[in-house]
Amino acid sequence: MNRFVLFFHKTGSPPWFYRFAGKLTPWLWAGFVVLSACGLYLGLFRSPPDYQQGESVRIMYLHVPAAWMSMMIFALMAVMGFIALVWRIRIMEVLTISSAPVGAAFTLIALITGSLWGRPTWGTYWVWDARLTSELVLLFLYIGVIALYNAYDEPRKAARAAALMAIVGAINLPIIHFSVLWWNTLHQGSSFSATGSSIHPSMLWPLLLMAGAFKFYYGANLLGRARLRLLKQDHRKRWVQELLAGESD
Amino acid sequence: MSRPALATAFVALLRRDFLLAYRRRTELLQPLVFLLVVITLFPLGVGPSPQLLANIAPGVIWIAALLATVLSLDSLFRSDYEDGTLEQMALSGQPLALIALARIVVHWLVAGLPIVLLSPLLALWMNLPDAGVPVLVKSLVIGTPVLSLIGAIGAALTVSLKRGGQLLSLLVFPLYVPLLILATSAVSAAVAGLPYNGQLGLILAGMIAALTLAPFATAAALKLSLS
Repeated sequence: MNRFVLFFHKTGSPPWFYRFAGKLTPWLWAGFVVLSACGLYLGLFRSPPDYQQGESVRIMYLHVPAAWMSMMIFALMAVMGFIALVWRIRIMEVLTISSAPVGAAFTLIALITGSLWGRPTWGTYWVWDARLTSELVLLFLYIGVIALYNAYDEPRKAARAAALMAIVGAINLPIIHFSVLWWNTLHQGSSFSATGSSIHPSMLWPLLLMAGAFKFYYGANLLGRARLRLLKQDHRKRWVQELLAGESD
Repeated sequence: MSRPALATAFVALLRRDFLLAYRRRTELLQPLVFLLVVITLFPLGVGPSPQLLANIAPGVIWIAALLATVLSLDSLFRSDYEDGTLEQMALSGQPLALIALARIVVHWLVAGLPIVLLSPLLALWMNLPDAGVPVLVKSLVIGTPVLSLIGAIGAALTVSLKRGGQLLSLLVFPLYVPLLILATSAVSAAVAGLPYNGQLGLILAGMIAALTLAPFATAAALKLSLS
């Protein structure tokens, strides 16, 4: 068996995944701390205030990466959920549902920072602007996935139902986004495209560092949640008993 | 035992579901009465000014249609799930997507079509200008099947849950957002004398996409609920 396939099979086994994720998590936390420290330093102290928005532009370093994460995590949930449904890999079920609270939290952060940013720049906390609205709908989708998971008693069935809902939601998400965009927009367009960005490097670097930091945070938080969920689901199984016995010695 | 052909099975399912719907006709009337009551509440709540009502008419009628559909969706698979019929259907060897599609078709005919037929009356109540009425009816004709199709996924996901009804609305309302936007904007455009074919075309495209994809998603959800 080649190494990649072996790795893939190993990761599908809960005890192996538990140990592997446990080793990986501290590195992910370290990555988050280092990147966010650099990103926040550059963003809060070394980048210039905006010529129109003043100091309030610094909210961007939280707002934009959080909004990116909110969409990326939902897409990832759909991909992992698809794998979980098709190949019935339990780790993937656990990862799908463990992503949902993190994604919902990022969506909430994007909404709250966005509304705080909107007050000084647009003069209002909330407008029914396209991007705000589609972010709010995204939050409802996250809540729907989590509520569906919690409504089932049997965890594996619950995770598969949530995975299916994530897939349906992810197919609809671009449609929702574009329909809302077309409906009403006040928000500035995206400053990024495939050909480059329209942001000055002094602002771009902290933004990208924060985006990287948030990805590490997601990874660390996700693995922590997934490990805990595995322990709970398998608490009667031997590997958990052995693990607990080993720790109490 | 040989399996009946797909078309035979489909027609048999349609007839069965129709018969069941006919025997439970008072139950079918409830969402429609609900629709009428909700529409009645709006003039009482926002005031009877004809201009104001005309402005909000497309949105109010469509939102009421959404609410009425979700109300009727909860029972889509429930009784068959509870008495084991659904399990037998799944074991029959016929594709579950076909069974789901038959159920969705009947649901639209008994829950969606009456809304379409009632809509001119609702437009009259809400003082919608004449130019908007045909477009409202058209948007409902092609839009209400989408409500049934997407709603069926939610209904199948929540059928095995005790209190699925509330969860169902939480699951499907976000998915209805594009439809609501397109439909109400088509009606408003028609009232303003602007072209509205683009919006209707997009709804139609959405309907075709939902018609091809939703039965399979519903089948997957049913399979999960039965497991």
